[in-house]
Amino acid sequence: MNEPSRHTTFHPRWYRERMSTYWWLWRWKYLRFVLREMSSVCVAWFVIFTMMQVRALLRGQADYAVFQEWLRSPLLLVLNTVSFFFVLYHAITWFNLAPTAMVLRLGGKRVPDFAIAGANYAAWIFATAVVAWFILRG
Amino acid sequence: MEITSHDVLLVGGGGAGLRAAIAVAETNPKLSVAVVSKVYPMRSHTVSAEGGAAGVARPDDSLDEHAYDTISGGDWLCDQDAVEAFVKEAPEELLRLERWGCPWSREPDGHIAVRSFGGMKKQRTWFAADKTGFHMLHTLFQTSLQYPAVTRYDESFVTRLLVDEGRVQGVVAIELMSGKIQAITARAVILCTGGCGRVFPFTTNANIKNGDGMALALRAGATLKDMEFIQYHPTGLPFTGILITEATRSEGGYLLNKDGYRYLQDYNLGTPQPQPVLRSMELGPRDRLSQAFVQEMEKGRTLKGPYGDYVHLDLRHLGEKLINTKLPFVRELCLKYENIDPVKEMIPVRPVAHYMMGGVSTDIHGATPLKGLYAAGEVACVSINGANRLGSNSLPELLVFGARAGKAAAQFASEQPGPTGAVLAQARDEQGRLVQQFLNKTGGKERLATIREEMQKTMEKCAGIYRNGSSLAAGAQRLHELQDRYPNIALDDRSLTFNTERTAALELGFMLDVAESMVQCALHRTESRGAHQRTDFPKRDDVKFLAHSIVSRNAEGSSRVEYLPVKITRWPPGERVYGQPAQPAPTR
Amino acid sequence: MAEMIQLEVARYSPEKDAEPSFQTYEAPLRKDWVVLDALNHIKDQVDGSLTFRWSCRMGICGSCGMTVNGEPKLTCATFLTDYAPGPVRVEPLKNFPVVRDLVVEITDFLEKLQKVKPWLIRKDDKPMSEGEFLQTPEEMDRYKQFSMCINCLLCYAACPVYGLDPLFSGPAAIALAQRYNMDSRDQGAGERLDLLSQSEGIWGCTFVGECTEVCPKHVDPAGAIQQYKLTAAMEWFKSFLPPGGNP
Repeated sequence: MNEPSRHTTFHPRWYRERMSTYWWLWRWKYLRFVLREMSSVCVAWFVIFTMMQVRALLRGQADYAVFQEWLRSPLLLVLNTVSFFFVLYHAITWFNLAPTAMVLRLGGKRVPDFAIAGANYAAWIFATAVVAWFILRG
Repeated sequence: MEITSHDVLLVGGGGAGLRAAIAVAETNPKLSVAVVSKVYPMRSHTVSAEGGAAGVARPDDSLDEHAYDTISGGDWLCDQDAVEAFVKEAPEELLRLERWGCPWSREPDGHIAVRSFGGMKKQRTWFAADKTGFHMLHTLFQTSLQYPAVTRYDESFVTRLLVDEGRVQGVVAIELMSGKIQAITARAVILCTGGCGRVFPFTTNANIKNGDGMALALRAGATLKDMEFIQYHPTGLPFTGILITEATRSEGGYLLNKDGYRYLQDYNLGTPQPQPVLRSMELGPRDRLSQAFVQEMEKGRTLKGPYGDYVHLDLRHLGEKLINTKLPFVRELCLKYENIDPVKEMIPVRPVAHYMMGGVSTDIHGATPLKGLYAAGEVACVSINGANRLGSNSLPELLVFGARAGKAAAQFASEQPGPTGAVLAQARDEQGRLVQQFLNKTGGKERLATIREEMQKTMEKCAGIYRNGSSLAAGAQRLHELQDRYPNIALDDRSLTFNTERTAALELGFMLDVAESMVQCALHRTESRGAHQRTDFPKRDDVKFLAHSIVSRNAEGSSRVEYLPVKITRWPPGERVYGQPAQPAPTR
Repeated sequence: MAEMIQLEVARYSPEKDAEPSFQTYEAPLRKDWVVLDALNHIKDQVDGSLTFRWSCRMGICGSCGMTVNGEPKLTCATFLTDYAPGPVRVEPLKNFPVVRDLVVEITDFLEKLQKVKPWLIRKDDKPMSEGEFLQTPEEMDRYKQFSMCINCLLCYAACPVYGLDPLFSGPAAIALAQRYNMDSRDQGAGERLDLLSQSEGIWGCTFVGECTEVCPKHVDPAGAIQQYKLTAAMEWFKSFLPPGGNP
């Protein structure tokens, strides 16, 4: 489609400010955003961790004992604790943002944000309860 | 000097300008159209209109009734052939805008909704929540982006019309970004620069409404019509002049003086009813409401504030739900600009200068007496608004006459030869003037703002809601003094880049010219009609003054006022009567 | 003696300066004055060369966007008293080239707006004599919010993606595209999707969400973009279905 003809202006020297590499440190909201994005790394770590755990399980009692010993090392304790909080942050921020992307309409009215976020939280709590029941009953 | 050429040139890119540009592009797609606006089009003042646009829509309504309401509201100064054409084309234009995507508010069944508006006997005002002008302007702007024939010169300030061989052949404009002065020639020019509210101190008008097109036309040899008729909107916020839409009153708001009394009942506007009654009390015509305020003020029954007198607009009894659905913008405005919540408190209001009925005189096709020059919108005076405009008539006016002017200019331009050589010499002269008198100006001892404020004070005092011969004469004298002081302003800004002090100085020059024609017309019209009320001549005089004031400039630079009879077709002049027991507004 | 407040205003004149600097002024601190009133006071009484854009003074024209104490704001809607005792730092809107003082260049936005085809696209038309397209209030609700954009560009100033990558279409342009996509009268969603489902279109957005935070008209451009992403993803999946699905 033809672009309408535009009058192009001669312009004086514009000043373009360069965006600093540390732009994300200048505002609290930007910092929270970058942390949210980085939390995906921790999610990825837990995926790998779970795969390692399953592999150790499949290899038998002895291997799993070694694995559990490894889990008690200071490095893993710190790593998993930190990752746990980041994954929590990841889940909470995404559940709170879900209503912005998912607009459901029931009977012509928009379903309120807290209902959609709430549904996510509810599903999460339910899944956690199921897993906890399996783990703790034994 | 840079010179570009087009076929049709629009000065101003608001509602009328964009509608006209589209009309030209559709009438003859081979013509190249230039839209030269001193601001980006979506900043034009059309954007601030709130209430609605009138067009006959209901089966129980008729074109004749819309015409009669307009003509009687205009105190019989409207040209009736123009009004008949206007009411006929308005619904179609509003519908066309709907086709272009305008989000008109709807009934539950999906049809376009209409509501009542002051001065209209039937419900015929189309509306888009309470941001009608905003939606109309953005729809027009976004639709206009589809036409490759339209070239926009954004932020280009037109300083002069180029005239040769008795016809207008283009403009000289300053490109704000670079400071470059350029000539843009065209075979037809349409002025769509809006009104001139900024000659007054309290106005709803934006900073950009300085009567540019009116001054440009006057200086080029065209005539202005009915310049004495300036409409005050009865409800504006005192400091900022922000308009509180008439819709607050059509939804049922009350105007109360300092004793909490609905004072309008003392002024022949009917009696208080529980539901708003069309054309009575708070839904009476704007000029009657503004006059009632001034009289209350003289009786000492208005409230006193830091910026002047005011009264209260009470919306509390309408309830939060209605205010949030029908008047959300009003609530937002009051909270953000005066820290007042209309749900809980009363809004301080006073009459503010709002709309210019007068303007560049045109016929019903938007053509001025100067060949090649057209005008549409608030800058023009056709006249369909007469001595007093009815609310919700100005938005359809932009569309109807924007389209008409566009079509007429397109046809005219197709038959014209290109620009003459003399035009370029004129352009160079103008460039010299701008450089010498503004850019390279040295010395000067007055501040621009001082002269502007004194002009505004003078206009409020002598050409406000009530006028008389001696105050007008004093005002005219004062304006002459200000004209003499104007060349003596000191300009601080020496830069070429985006020099807004220079444009402010040029705008002040335009405003001084426009103010002078307003005062001259008011001085010569020795009667009272519509928005022009003279305490020394309180009666309407149809024998001498059933005519438009036509003001022009003669060679020495002084104004000359003549008269042109109003065109009467089917409605002979009658009494403007309000507060009749007309049928009450249908329950919502 | 009236109370005063200090303003530190960015100045830049391309003929003289290599880069912007700050100049300090004083303005009366009145209860109902906004930053714009202070700037006008300075221009009228103190320094006529101070340059900025403004028009309506009521938050509907979108001209007066500037950075006030680091935040993008409409200066006609920002009370001075909120910053008392000051000083108030006023700079031009971020992420746009600075032309002069507080004026920025916005042609980039207008070009992007043009590209998303912000007009009603119809494949078939209805003669005018048949009246309006019917649209219920519920149908209007689906796009009404996105139609409130005043093109003030505060969202572009707040968006770090636009700051880092000027090719990004940006919040307002995409929100306006969505405004038409969701309009029940429009039939052009497919055309716009082809244009916007690219890395400089909706996929450039990483949902920082600052655009929605700063929008003075509550347009929620972040919401518009995320919803658009959902639609684009579904269309992509649907394209694998046999023909007969939606075009």
